[in-house]
Amino acid sequence: MTTPLVEMRDMQKSFGGIKAVDHVTIDLYPGEVVGVLGHNGAGKSVLMKMLSGALPRDGGEIFINGQKATINNPRDARNLQIETIYQYLALADNLDAASNLFLGRELTTPLGFVDDALMEAETRKIMKRLNPNFRRFHTPVSGLSGGQRQSVAIARAVYFNAKILIMDEPTAALGVQETRMVAELIDQLKSEGIGILLIDHDIHQVKMLCDRANVMKNGQLVGTVKVDEVSEDDLLGMIIAGKCPPNATPGPGAVQTA
Amino acid sequence: MTETSPATSPQAKPRSFFAALEFDTRLIGMIGAFVVICLIFNLLTDGRFMTPRNIFNLTIQTASVAIMATGMVFVIVTRHIDLSVGSLLATCSAIMAMMQTVVTPEWLGLGLNHPLTMPIAILVGMLAGLVIGAFHGWLIGYLSIPAFIVTLGGFLVWRNVAWHLTDGQTIGPLDENFQLFGGINGTLGETWSWVVAALAVLGAFYAIFQSRRNRVLHEFPVKPLWAEFFMGAIATAAIVGLVAVLNAYEIPTARLVRIFEARGETMPEGLVLGYGLPISVLLLILIAFIMTIVARRTRLGRYIFATGGNPEAAELAGINTRLLTVKIFAIMGVLCAISAVVASSRQTFHSNDIGTLDELRVIAAAVIGGTALSGGMGTIYGAILGALIMQSLQSGMAMVGVDAPYQNMVVGTVLVLAVFIDILYRRRTGDKT
Repeated sequence: MTTPLVEMRDMQKSFGGIKAVDHVTIDLYPGEVVGVLGHNGAGKSVLMKMLSGALPRDGGEIFINGQKATINNPRDARNLQIETIYQYLALADNLDAASNLFLGRELTTPLGFVDDALMEAETRKIMKRLNPNFRRFHTPVSGLSGGQRQSVAIARAVYFNAKILIMDEPTAALGVQETRMVAELIDQLKSEGIGILLIDHDIHQVKMLCDRANVMKNGQLVGTVKVDEVSEDDLLGMIIAGKCPPNATPGPGAVQTA
Repeated sequence: MTETSPATSPQAKPRSFFAALEFDTRLIGMIGAFVVICLIFNLLTDGRFMTPRNIFNLTIQTASVAIMATGMVFVIVTRHIDLSVGSLLATCSAIMAMMQTVVTPEWLGLGLNHPLTMPIAILVGMLAGLVIGAFHGWLIGYLSIPAFIVTLGGFLVWRNVAWHLTDGQTIGPLDENFQLFGGINGTLGETWSWVVAALAVLGAFYAIFQSRRNRVLHEFPVKPLWAEFFMGAIATAAIVGLVAVLNAYEIPTARLVRIFEARGETMPEGLVLGYGLPISVLLLILIAFIMTIVARRTRLGRYIFATGGNPEAAELAGINTRLLTVKIFAIMGVLCAISAVVASSRQTFHSNDIGTLDELRVIAAAVIGGTALSGGMGTIYGAILGALIMQSLQSGMAMVGVDAPYQNMVVGTVLVLAVFIDILYRRRTGDKT
């Protein structure tokens, strides 16, 4: 048994009286893509935000490589090589691609000033690899298309050698071509041994990209499945009715069938 | 590889004269507006507006508001506002006035006009500005009280703390060395002004050269060489022109005689000396330089603009936006204290009403200078130019003989108009407003 890259045990988070995440336990192994599925409001984004440090947790423990980790803010998560690609919130619209890519981790000259030229050069390098069509290095990212913005966000995660990557609906704003690009990228990162947690509600995409999937409903874990062993209908049943197919590992949120 | 070395073929396509220069069109527009204002007033005053004397006065009148406006850019860029700067200036001014008229001469027994008085007073004043500003920032960042409310409260509190400290009295005359920061009482003289000009020209060329070298190093496209030299020539002309004008403002003979008498010398017959660069203006230039470096070349500046553009993204990128708010308001506080030095020494005493309405002038200067209240956008040089435009309007109208109420009506209208033009400009260039 290898140790899991990430293990989130018994995670809890409430907003007011509502239990957004209710005693959820999931794990992720190196080189694995694990989906986190559920309706809007099922708690999947909140669960991921506790891992990325964007939200403090009420209870539960996070283990990275088997060691208990303290994640209280996004900086802690970054130090543990956890990178997040958010659906909308990730970029400062008024800054250019290089400034966004290095935001919070600027490259500096020996005197401590930000080295824009060096950052632009690095950005050009990584963009050549990820998205060769990307040319607009000097415009604020507000002037970029959805796909170009997403590639900046992905470049950020890749550049800083993420070991654990959280992707929050990475293809929601993208066209067909760009979606394919992201899918290829996920496969590539996976082969490099990076663990990816993918939040999505496109079941077809989850079947295609993921190895395993966790389904959440009303803040609780319905169950964990290997996507090859279940049908799309089984997954739908878990999301909508909370009904676990026989070959799933049921969680506390599974409907008890007689 | 079809790519050629950037040093030999810098442009992909032939470019027009202006495109090659890569001018900031917004800056050009503002300078244009400023020139038009100057020309109109010059015409209306039969050439009195653009005399060395009036230009000298314009620069020293602008210094105080312009210094604070550079800090207001950071405040507004991060989507905050500071309504308390005029009052904070008054409190810092009162503290410094009491330091040099009561604390150092009497409590410390240094007597009047001791050489240590000026540095002590200024240090204490700046410390007060720093602490008060940081306190505002803490209330805003950590306790999440809106900046509008915190500084509206500060507006009332600090205005009256100043009153309390001085019992509402006018405190003066201020220390002789302190008065050097006031403008006419402290100028560099012709020779040192030229030295400063020469250093500034060298600095400008070094900056242009350095940025070009950096781009070549990373194989980025660069401007044609003649365009770089043209920019350098413009900077040189501006620097030399300003110093030449300030040097051309001659010290009145009677005053020169008194200066020489004070030194126990006799004035050579027919001696003519110019005032040169006022120390307050030199201070403004230094602050503008430092603030521009902070904005463009430091992490702090990068985080300020990132937070202004998208606070959530900044936070997710690991930026401590609360601490950032404290820093921004602390900078604003220190700048208020420096402005207090300039403002109180210009009038040679501390008065109870010092800095009244300055908050509005400072905000207006920043906004006229292109700082967007929606956050994320603004420049230091824009804010200074904005302050200069406002001051020119005000003194120009006073010289023409426009009555005070009409002056303020015009300035108010110009503020609204300037923002409207800015919105139109951004719409045209496709920037987000």
